[in-house]
Amino acid sequence: MSAELETEPTFVDKFPQEAKVVRAAFLGSFLALTLGAAFGIVQTLHRTDILRGLISSGEYYTVLTAHGVFLVISFTIFFLVGLFTWAVVRSLDRPVVDIRITWTWYLLMSAGITMTGIAILAGFTDRLDMSADVLFTFYAPLQAHPLFYAGLVVFIIGTWLAGADWFRTWLAWREENPNERIPLQTFMVLTTMIMWYIATSAIAASVLVFLLPWSLGLIEQINPTLTRTLFWFFGHPVVYFWLMPAYLLWYTVLPKIAGGRLFSDPLARVVFVLFLLLSTPVGIHHQYLDPGIAEGFKFISMTNTMFLLLPSLLTAFTVVASVEYGARQRGGTGLFGWLTSLPWRDPAFTGMMLAGLMFAAGGFSGMVNAGLNINYMIHNTMWVPGHFHLTVGTAVALTFMAGTYWIWPQISNKPIYSKAIGLFQVVLWFIGMALMSNAMHAQGLLGVPRRTAEPEYSGFDYPIGFGGVEELNVQIAIGGTLLFVSTILFIGNVVLTMGNPKVSGLAEPLPPALSGPEDAPKVLDNLRLWVGIAIVLVVLAYALPLAAIIDNGGLFGPGVGTYPQWIGAPLVAFADAVAPIAGAIADAATPVSGVIR
Amino acid sequence: MHIHAYEKLWLALSIVLILLLIGSVTYGAVGPGIAMVSDSGGQIDATALDEDDRFADPRVEQVGENSYEVYVVAFQYGFDPGTIDPIVVPENSEVTFYITSPDVIHGFEVVGTNANTMVVPGEVAEITVEANEPREYGIVCNEYCGAGHHDMEGTMEVVTEEEYAELTEGGEDA
Repeated sequence: MSAELETEPTFVDKFPQEAKVVRAAFLGSFLALTLGAAFGIVQTLHRTDILRGLISSGEYYTVLTAHGVFLVISFTIFFLVGLFTWAVVRSLDRPVVDIRITWTWYLLMSAGITMTGIAILAGFTDRLDMSADVLFTFYAPLQAHPLFYAGLVVFIIGTWLAGADWFRTWLAWREENPNERIPLQTFMVLTTMIMWYIATSAIAASVLVFLLPWSLGLIEQINPTLTRTLFWFFGHPVVYFWLMPAYLLWYTVLPKIAGGRLFSDPLARVVFVLFLLLSTPVGIHHQYLDPGIAEGFKFISMTNTMFLLLPSLLTAFTVVASVEYGARQRGGTGLFGWLTSLPWRDPAFTGMMLAGLMFAAGGFSGMVNAGLNINYMIHNTMWVPGHFHLTVGTAVALTFMAGTYWIWPQISNKPIYSKAIGLFQVVLWFIGMALMSNAMHAQGLLGVPRRTAEPEYSGFDYPIGFGGVEELNVQIAIGGTLLFVSTILFIGNVVLTMGNPKVSGLAEPLPPALSGPEDAPKVLDNLRLWVGIAIVLVVLAYALPLAAIIDNGGLFGPGVGTYPQWIGAPLVAFADAVAPIAGAIADAATPVSGVIR
Repeated sequence: MHIHAYEKLWLALSIVLILLLIGSVTYGAVGPGIAMVSDSGGQIDATALDEDDRFADPRVEQVGENSYEVYVVAFQYGFDPGTIDPIVVPENSEVTFYITSPDVIHGFEVVGTNANTMVVPGEVAEITVEANEPREYGIVCNEYCGAGHHDMEGTMEVVTEEEYAELTEGGEDA
């Protein structure tokens, strides 16, 4: 017993209730990862024409919707809420104000994603008159079952409550510590959540005002350009919502694993403030090829997007510098010789480093996407999924897996079952993704479209590029298979870890930064100021485009149909009663947008 | 705030890179005059395309000595013209496409080129391209549009001026 008393307590020793929520959130995340990976392998083999028997080409889109939604909504965001709860409680060194609230948002998120998941998976059976084959982007006039939209709303409300929980905990801490700087990890969580509130306001409006009532038959039409624009208002910042937990790990955990400490606390704060300000007023860069949006608005969005490179470039410097510092602390020398002094056998370290390396590659292909004119070459081709499998599919996913190897023992007091399997698994992910993503980029340059069950066509052949399309298909299939195996190894390792007996001495405290918060200007912690500027930038970027879209097409649509339609019989009668009201609202809105213009 | 000298250098280089990227796009627009898909095509009633003289009879139309306009309807699941009959234009011509959809959002991509646009119901997409050498191109829908999305394809043929003259001999609207 005396030995145990001497060791530093782990997170679960100090905050057992919060640790339970963190574990529950991670397990929710890993369940989604398993489902997403299973759909991923089916889809890869179907699309590349290696194995087409498992699903029909029509069902491919159900698989694709499930792959997208389970991975980029549930896998990423459940991991985020777990990690952020850990980060807030750890860095403030106090429990959440009320653990019942914490469980409430966890249950809301779980209920929401279950509703959405049921709507999607029902597409596989004819017994249920339900489907949601609309992909992650759910562009109207393609319509999903109302349960799909309702689930998304419940899920997002859950995340809002989670943010409120962390803000409340921070305010409680602030009362006890009136003069202290906001601890770095909490600062990262709060700025990310402010960004999330701004971003989700648009998707909540889109779903609640347009898509959900429309799927219920309460309104007959929507404006496809408007709902699409509201989606991308949310759709770009959401990628930073996936990325910020990875950044949190790179800034605060990776330097420690490398044997050192963070290079600069103030610059980390600057980076997160830049993401808060710049993540949202750029969404129109996903709509460079949209008719119905003027070129000038696209140009403004392009400029903002390019400046969004800045915080990531700064991060590259700080992370590499912190790792080099760690290597030199461990005795590394030379211009590059220090690289050999790093803990490459640690899956947490190697996983995060490989994730960072792939993020750099993803950054370069992202510059092409952001280039208003060269984007025409690759828009909606395989280049685009090639790009985001490097960013969300590796920078984020691999960092989460690597982070799990470091954090799980501290939230459960159970050591990782096998670090060797962990190391093999993260390297396998890197190799699989290198193959798959490279071939996807190459296919994109040949003009092979994304999001299609059968990318081969009867009427023409693709031009020959660096390799034939079939050869690239084989690379994609091999890469996808390696990624699937890597996921299974990860999940297996976590499950076996859960069966390990509890031990003590697993705590790994995080050292303060070399240049600490005392060096950071006080203004950085002025969250009200940053909220204000962020909102002004969003209004500048979006007020005129949205007014023009509404002015051109009307708030409730320029007259388009619905594909397929999900109106139940009793709802039709109700809709007939409500339609005049909706019409009146639309009529009233038209002069308003005219005035704005 | 203390910033390391190397970090200042890195920051400066990063800003230069960003300005170069913005500069290259600006140059592309102002110099070679690369026009982007814009709101220039205007709006249209997606439920009444047959009442619009451009899309009631989708076609290729000569509007100048070397300039042609092509009106295309992208629908679930095909292009008219494009799928049943190819879009045929002569070499060395300037071709402006006007594309719209009566149902859901589609894509219009001439494979392997930068002729690429979204097709949104209620909007008319306008893109202008140069057709130089005689060649056959594939056209695909690159936005998911429903269960038959992968069957939505077409072709575009750039033919020699002689061939084009032969093809249109029977009448300008052939």
